[in-house]
Amino acid sequence: MIANYGYKDGSGEYYISIDTDNCIDCAAGRACLTACPKEMFEIITDDYDDEVACVKKNFTRTLAFDCADCKPAGGYTTLPCISACTPGAIKHSW
Amino acid sequence: MSAELAMPAAEEKKEFWRWQENTWIEEGMDWRDAKVITCGIDVGSVSSQAVIVCDGVLYGYNSMRTGNNSPDSATNALKGILDKSGMKLEDIHYVVGTGYGRVNVPFAHKAVTEIACHARGANYMGGSKVRTILDMGGQDCKAIHCDERGKVTNFLMNDKCAAGTGRGMEVIADLMQIPIANLGPRSFDVETEPEAVSSICVVFAKSEALGLLKAGYTKNMVIAAYCQAMAERVVSLLERIGVEEGFFITGGIAKNPGVVKRIERLLGIQAVETKIDSQIAGALGAALFGYTLMQKQAAKG
Ligand code: SF4
Ligand code: SF4
Repeated sequence: MIANYGYKDGSGEYYISIDTDNCIDCAAGRACLTACPKEMFEIITDDYDDEVACVKKNFTRTLAFDCADCKPAGGYTTLPCISACTPGAIKHSW
Repeated sequence: MSAELAMPAAEEKKEFWRWQENTWIEEGMDWRDAKVITCGIDVGSVSSQAVIVCDGVLYGYNSMRTGNNSPDSATNALKGILDKSGMKLEDIHYVVGTGYGRVNVPFAHKAVTEIACHARGANYMGGSKVRTILDMGGQDCKAIHCDERGKVTNFLMNDKCAAGTGRGMEVIADLMQIPIANLGPRSFDVETEPEAVSSICVVFAKSEALGLLKAGYTKNMVIAAYCQAMAERVVSLLERIGVEEGFFITGGIAKNPGVVKRIERLLGIQAVETKIDSQIAGALGAALFGYTLMQKQAAKG
């Protein structure tokens, strides 16, 4: 399942998507949990009884602000969450 | 009697936002004949529903406005259908709670998210061809993809703003002093289609609507502009995950042709039709989840 967390507002679209099929037998040892400096990810049991990563509810309306430190205006080459998730489950829309 | 909707008699009460609360049971069925009775309770921010499913088939439902707290709303929603059917809580084998108040349904055996429940409910209501679901709820909007069994494959939820939601439509009904069920039909009673209101925020849309009235727009034009804005907003949400054939709309706004027809126009696709009240999709899905769990338990022995 692709789970998209985030929002669209007047300034743009801010979504983090997680391909949760990769999480079921995570080959990265749940690295997303510790890689994110804001601890934005958590593991939940989803509706189909799979243990998968999700973005914590309290971040889903403020992603542009919360990820700003990892995304300096001058540009960036990689993000801690994406580097840590070697199965490639995490994507950012902005 | 069918599960089709009737128009509310809100005008005399001057509560223009008030949509019709509804209780329905399938008269041709006797729940006493059922081997497995399951119930889904959807406690949303604006409305609450209780749905009873007998052996995997929709038997009845009650849909009403959410009260002051989730446990009472769940209890009242269930009471409506129990009273009408003569059933007791003890007759129900399994209860699943969903919606934002799902963890506060006192008699639920399990909670399931509204995303999974809407997909399952839409699959029942629109059939196995349903692949893209737009749920326009009271205070949030969800775009969901599912497979032929109603299992979610992709979802996106926007709960940041009430625009494009049932609450937003209630605000416009009150502002225009027109019963909410009449907004959709009236939005087509215009000589030329106005541009969408520009704001995506329901608070600003309200002040913009007042500005348009002052500038000489008729009420119908303002409603049309607001329906168009809502349609454009949810279409941009849908475009993020893509729209596949088998498009289905759940939630209260699915009853508003002013928004639905405009969404269809923008997408170039027709929504799958159903005679079942679109507002019960989440609770229906929850009841069906309960039925599947009971079947799994029975298979295990
Ligand atoms: S998001 Fe990546 S690192 Fe985190 S559990 Fe899923 S697959 Fe593993
Ligand atoms: S960009 Fe940084 S703050 Fe944002 S989710 Fe990734 S690691 Fe966390």
